[in-house]
Amino acid sequence: MIRRLSCVMNLILVFPCFTLAADVGDFPQVVEFNRDIRPILSENCIFCHGPDKNKRQADLRLDTAEGLTGVPTDAAKLGVVIPGKPLESELIRRIVSSDAEQLMPPPDSGKQLTPREIALLKRWVEQGARYEGHWAFLPLKRAAAATPNQPPVQDQTQALAAHQRKSSLAIDAFVREGLTNVRLAPGAEANRTTLIRRLSFDLTGLPPTPEQVDAFLQDTSAEAYEHVVDRLLASPHYGERLAIWWLDLVRYADSVGYHGDQDVSVAPFRQYVIDSFNANQRFDEFTLEQLAGDLLPEPSRRQKIASGYNRLGMMSAEGGVQDKEYLAKYIAERVRNASGTWLGVTLGCAECHDHKYDPFTTRDFYRFEAFFADIQERGLYSGASADGTWGPFIKVPNPEEEAALAELDRQLAVAKAKLNQPTPELATAQAAWEKSQTVWTLLKPTNLTAANGTTLTLKEDGSILASGESPSTDTYVLTCENLPSNITAIRLEVLPDDTFPAKGPGRAGNGNFVLSEFIVQYKDASGTAQSVPLQNPTATYEQVGAAGANPYGKWAIAAAIDGDVKGKTWGWAVMEKVGQPHSALFETVENIAGGTGTALTISLLQNLDNPQHTIGRFRLSVTSAPRPVRIEQAPPAPVTAILAVVADQRNNDQQNKLAAYYRSISPELEPTRQQLAGIEKSRKDLESRIPSTLITASVAPRMVRVLRRGNWMDETGEEVTPAFPAILAPAATSDLRLTRIDLARWMTSDENPLTARVFVNRIWKLLFGAGLSRRVDDLGAQGDWPSHPLLVDHLAQEFIDSGWNIKQLIKTVVMSATYRQTSTASAELREIDPYNRWLARQGRFRLDAELVRDNALAISGLLVTKVGGTSVKPYQPPGYWAHLNFPTREWQNSNGNDLYRRGLYTHWQRQYLHPSLMAFDAPSREECTADRARSNTPLQSLVLLNDPSYIEAARAFAEQIIRHGGATVSDQFQFAIRRALSRPITPAESEVLAHLLQAHRNEYKADPAAASELLSVGAKPVPADLDPAELAAWTSVSRAILNLHETITRN
Amino acid sequence: MTIPASIARRSFLQTAGVSLGSIALSSLLKKEGYAADAKSNAAAEKWTGTLHPTHFPPKAKRVIWLYMAGGMTHIDTFDNKPKLAELNGQAMPESITKGQQIAQLQGQKLNCFAPQHPFKQWGESGQSMAEIWPHLGGKCADDICIVRSLFTEAINHDPAHTFMNTGSMNAGRPAMGSWLLYGLGSESESLPGFVVMVSTGGFGQKQPIAARQWHSGFLPGQFQGVEFRGTGDPVLYVGNPKGVNSKRQRDVVDAVQSLNGLANVSLDDPEIATRVSQYELAFRMQSSVPELMDVRSEPQHIFDLYGTKGGDGSFASNCLLARRLAERGTRFIQLYHRDWDHHGAVKEHSAGTAREVDQGIAALITDLKQRDMLKDTLIVFGSEFGRTPMAQGNGRDHHLAGFTMWFAGGGFKPGLSYGATDEFGYHAVENRVSVHDIHATLLHQLGIDHTKFSYKFQGLDSKLTGVEPARVVTELLT
Repeated sequence: MIRRLSCVMNLILVFPCFTLAADVGDFPQVVEFNRDIRPILSENCIFCHGPDKNKRQADLRLDTAEGLTGVPTDAAKLGVVIPGKPLESELIRRIVSSDAEQLMPPPDSGKQLTPREIALLKRWVEQGARYEGHWAFLPLKRAAAATPNQPPVQDQTQALAAHQRKSSLAIDAFVREGLTNVRLAPGAEANRTTLIRRLSFDLTGLPPTPEQVDAFLQDTSAEAYEHVVDRLLASPHYGERLAIWWLDLVRYADSVGYHGDQDVSVAPFRQYVIDSFNANQRFDEFTLEQLAGDLLPEPSRRQKIASGYNRLGMMSAEGGVQDKEYLAKYIAERVRNASGTWLGVTLGCAECHDHKYDPFTTRDFYRFEAFFADIQERGLYSGASADGTWGPFIKVPNPEEEAALAELDRQLAVAKAKLNQPTPELATAQAAWEKSQTVWTLLKPTNLTAANGTTLTLKEDGSILASGESPSTDTYVLTCENLPSNITAIRLEVLPDDTFPAKGPGRAGNGNFVLSEFIVQYKDASGTAQSVPLQNPTATYEQVGAAGANPYGKWAIAAAIDGDVKGKTWGWAVMEKVGQPHSALFETVENIAGGTGTALTISLLQNLDNPQHTIGRFRLSVTSAPRPVRIEQAPPAPVTAILAVVADQRNNDQQNKLAAYYRSISPELEPTRQQLAGIEKSRKDLESRIPSTLITASVAPRMVRVLRRGNWMDETGEEVTPAFPAILAPAATSDLRLTRIDLARWMTSDENPLTARVFVNRIWKLLFGAGLSRRVDDLGAQGDWPSHPLLVDHLAQEFIDSGWNIKQLIKTVVMSATYRQTSTASAELREIDPYNRWLARQGRFRLDAELVRDNALAISGLLVTKVGGTSVKPYQPPGYWAHLNFPTREWQNSNGNDLYRRGLYTHWQRQYLHPSLMAFDAPSREECTADRARSNTPLQSLVLLNDPSYIEAARAFAEQIIRHGGATVSDQFQFAIRRALSRPITPAESEVLAHLLQAHRNEYKADPAAASELLSVGAKPVPADLDPAELAAWTSVSRAILNLHETITRN
Repeated sequence: MTIPASIARRSFLQTAGVSLGSIALSSLLKKEGYAADAKSNAAAEKWTGTLHPTHFPPKAKRVIWLYMAGGMTHIDTFDNKPKLAELNGQAMPESITKGQQIAQLQGQKLNCFAPQHPFKQWGESGQSMAEIWPHLGGKCADDICIVRSLFTEAINHDPAHTFMNTGSMNAGRPAMGSWLLYGLGSESESLPGFVVMVSTGGFGQKQPIAARQWHSGFLPGQFQGVEFRGTGDPVLYVGNPKGVNSKRQRDVVDAVQSLNGLANVSLDDPEIATRVSQYELAFRMQSSVPELMDVRSEPQHIFDLYGTKGGDGSFASNCLLARRLAERGTRFIQLYHRDWDHHGAVKEHSAGTAREVDQGIAALITDLKQRDMLKDTLIVFGSEFGRTPMAQGNGRDHHLAGFTMWFAGGGFKPGLSYGATDEFGYHAVENRVSVHDIHATLLHQLGIDHTKFSYKFQGLDSKLTGVEPARVVTELLT
């Protein structure tokens, strides 16, 4: 039913001028393969007789010339079509057969050819069955109407302008030709108010101010329109408008998308996109920087930020994720995104099977994937948080922040110099301090074992390093002989090491460990063994996170000597402070005598049920200092070692180190240290405020193989290296491995027929509401035959010739008469061309999600027009994020100006996008989105009616009207409608508004409490000098205006 | 002020009949899907779906999906494995686990872990279920059709949910409820046709649920699931602004409608007509949603049946609301309970979580039955995957190779047990059923041939059941 209906529509749309055949509708005199035949074959036949060799039936292809008409030189390969002879052609026989066994498509496929389709196929065969390759994969056609002059070099600007005029005229010529064919005339030019409103929305996403409208209306010069175009193209908001569109394609978002959907910091990438559009960066360079900015020679910070493109895909921190599976997911998504963004084809379909409709194989897919094999990444980002743990990133300070950093660094240097300065007073104080120190003696074990397979190695510094197998749990047992005498305490140091995740000191994925139990046995000189009770444990740090069920309320050192009475998995851990050394200290309950022939056996039990929380590197020492011995008193091991050397036997280095350590703790220098700490904190705070952004870092490429049916566990597929899809590029002639630079250059090379076509078709959609080829996300075989194929090619060729100049392209289009047409249409025109395929009028469509709110804020005067920066959080209903976890979160509304920023700066939470944006069809940006839907739903009405953002905007708008709208109510209505709709009000509209105003003046006068409630919505202070009832009544009027269809429509 | 209002209405009526509706993408299909609703004074334009008639006479009109989020352990609930009990603590044979995808137990010893609850035979059909289901087993064992041979393709929550709801692990495809709304429309005049409610229990890890699970993907936004919430506005923005009562809201809406109508006099734009009808629907939702949520009019025996007073966001309360939605014509209702991720203490936690849902589920089935609605309401019960027969401490890990779902009403055979896992509960071995098979079977019961129900996306006839073949499991059907 659906399919047939669309055929009927095609009839109207595509072939209205052709002669009428008896029972098959309108019909072209000359059948064209690409326009008329390919869509029929693609829709009905190609699934079984197409590029996918695994699905192919009867070894027959109907998507190639050979398959259709055979090989001319080989009589054995006749083909199913005999040109000129429909009755002898197997293809025709099969589609008209009355035998269900013979009939194609087979009845059980659910496909059925219409009489018209059959007639078309017959006529095509009659007329010689001429085959054409798929239009979008063929080289650009340079049409006669569009042959450009080469701009003379002496006056580039003038030449460009002249060229643009000529090119705009060419657009009109192409469109007129189409219109003539369907016996339609071009539409009249829209009125000036509409033109400036249309241009303002299209080029900046914001409405024109009444002043801008007036200026344009009064400017009678021939260049008035062009001046508006130039002004808008130069506006900083132009970059924002295009960024909204581009960010959908490259799936920019502020959260990672999978599972916990944690925040990720990439705002500088958005800024990069806005800046690039505003600076009118060449599109080929823009492409290169995003795909391969990191590979360019000595990449600038900007280029590094751009390379973040490769890192904008979704990522997961879900426990139990297998690295390999997610690495496969991430890299496959890159293929979908890059092919969708630049090539406008669905290469992603070839991940599991050869493409059903387009000539892409799975091998093409994985060879494309191999371009991205050098990107440094992880499958599982365990323990990830907003900053730093999602892989390579850089900090992106603004100039003020850079200056502030430099100043703090200077202050740091001064304070540090002071701390490093020895003085006689310090030397005296140090001598006194030394006398008071606990002396630690290192225990060097003579025997080391690990129960479950960990390899333990004694290092020179007396520390013990774990390596090799990383078992779920383990128990280390150490024996130390010939002990010092009178031991009162034992110290355990755990030490970081570069060989561990997050540098350790533990071997768990996040660098943590859990010491479940610390057990000591003593063997005296006579060989009698006894256990050593311990007491008063202290530690430099005890983990407080993830301690929900922990009976100690934290991961306490006390749990390590509790004999496991509270559960054997609990113990000492340091999660929040991994990557640095820590110590724990246990007093012995009684002194251990020690001496020759004595020994300690120390067992470290690590039994957590969360695997691999074992200690990676540690060291033991003992002391005979009088009790109490507390961890706070213990200097680090190197200092302890120096203290153990008699003072006058210390060498220079030891003396210097000891003095330096003393200065770091001496009470005399405490004020300086505090000052230093203050500066360091300021610097850290500043650093943490400076946004970071993910970048691409290139490493040795990992192996990529063809995965059968997309199965990441399959290891039998062929290994592949980077290559362009075979159908679109000649095979490489060099053995050098291609890189992302090659990919980017190929995307925008002369040989690539797709990128420019895709780009201009999408820009056309921005400026008309629909592409010249309607399916802007797929120019492949299942895409849509363009209404004006030569115009697509003309614009694409011009775009390339102009040096990929985006502003030039847009100006060329908006300067055309086609663009300037009115969007109103007679009933007759709508009947003939309901979907405006032939462009006898402009489009009329709802503003995109972000712009709906931007427009309300602009009308009300609340809009803050600052460009760029990190994401912001306008009002969102509490509890909307209730189903997020790891961690649980609540949205915090921004403050002040950040409540009124443009929608493209709203925090983009992939799993729970802001509900107002979502209601108006903003995509989640989990994948490449080339074609936003444009729906019209009751939820949209609820947003405009009830979302506090719009209530506050209405109140602010009301205040503007009361203060600046003029003396009379009718002036005020005029003012309001001009602000919101750019045009004058009509008497009938005045009447509606007057009725509402009067009714609500009465309502709110009678109910002052309700008035103040209404006015209290939003953070903007309520004006004290205005009558609340009056302001509330005008707020109702403003709400009505902000809810109008016309307000949110670009026409 | 009658003039503009009447203009609005007349203008709307003029255009409603020829309206092409609201969606750019599916514009060709709109005449098919929309029908002017003659009954309503507001002349609301109502989406009635693209399938007229459906491919087969439907057995079910609506679906209530009880979604046990987190991965319910099949072994301790519906799939008794005595052999596993015998081998408790011993190594799982390598022949079973070799080359299999493992989640958190990667690289660890894989030991058998006995079913943690006693099982018994319930009802006349003798359905085997653990004793932790006293209500379901005691009242409804003979109503449900248990399938113990499910398998899925994703082992982590997020992609497994996405696969279960949309038929694909990749984001961007429509949830099943969106598909149904697109194909069948809704019978409700003033409530959304696809409603989601989420409750949270007190035992498992509260795994997140993404709004993607009820997103319309590449289908137009009007087919998106609408979440009904336990706190705040039950539907986002359904409440009037502060200081605006219903009359004042109506005044504003009237002005909007009049002005839109005035604009449409000259433009005659179907989009404006649609906008007008959407404002009417929105305004009606502002009263129909609170009416739905206000359960005070329910009699005491209903509260007793469900074991809730309602209004507390609990699973039982959502079950009661599901019945009210079903009565009002909502097409697809999905109740998530986020409490089944039992990596540890699976014995205590599965008992606790079952307690949270057992009575509500049994009450819903009983209540629908006593209203003669079970016959055309299809109840689906299941998780995104099962849990390992191997121990993870005293819990179980995620498991994709075998798990259980059950169905009730809507033409499913009551009292049937179908399919089986191996003796360890690891692999679905007998009468294996894929997630796509389930989708195909559910669509079939709603009158839809899954091979013919598609939507053009990126040039492909995209289907809920994907590209690979799927089977309607006719053995499950009456």
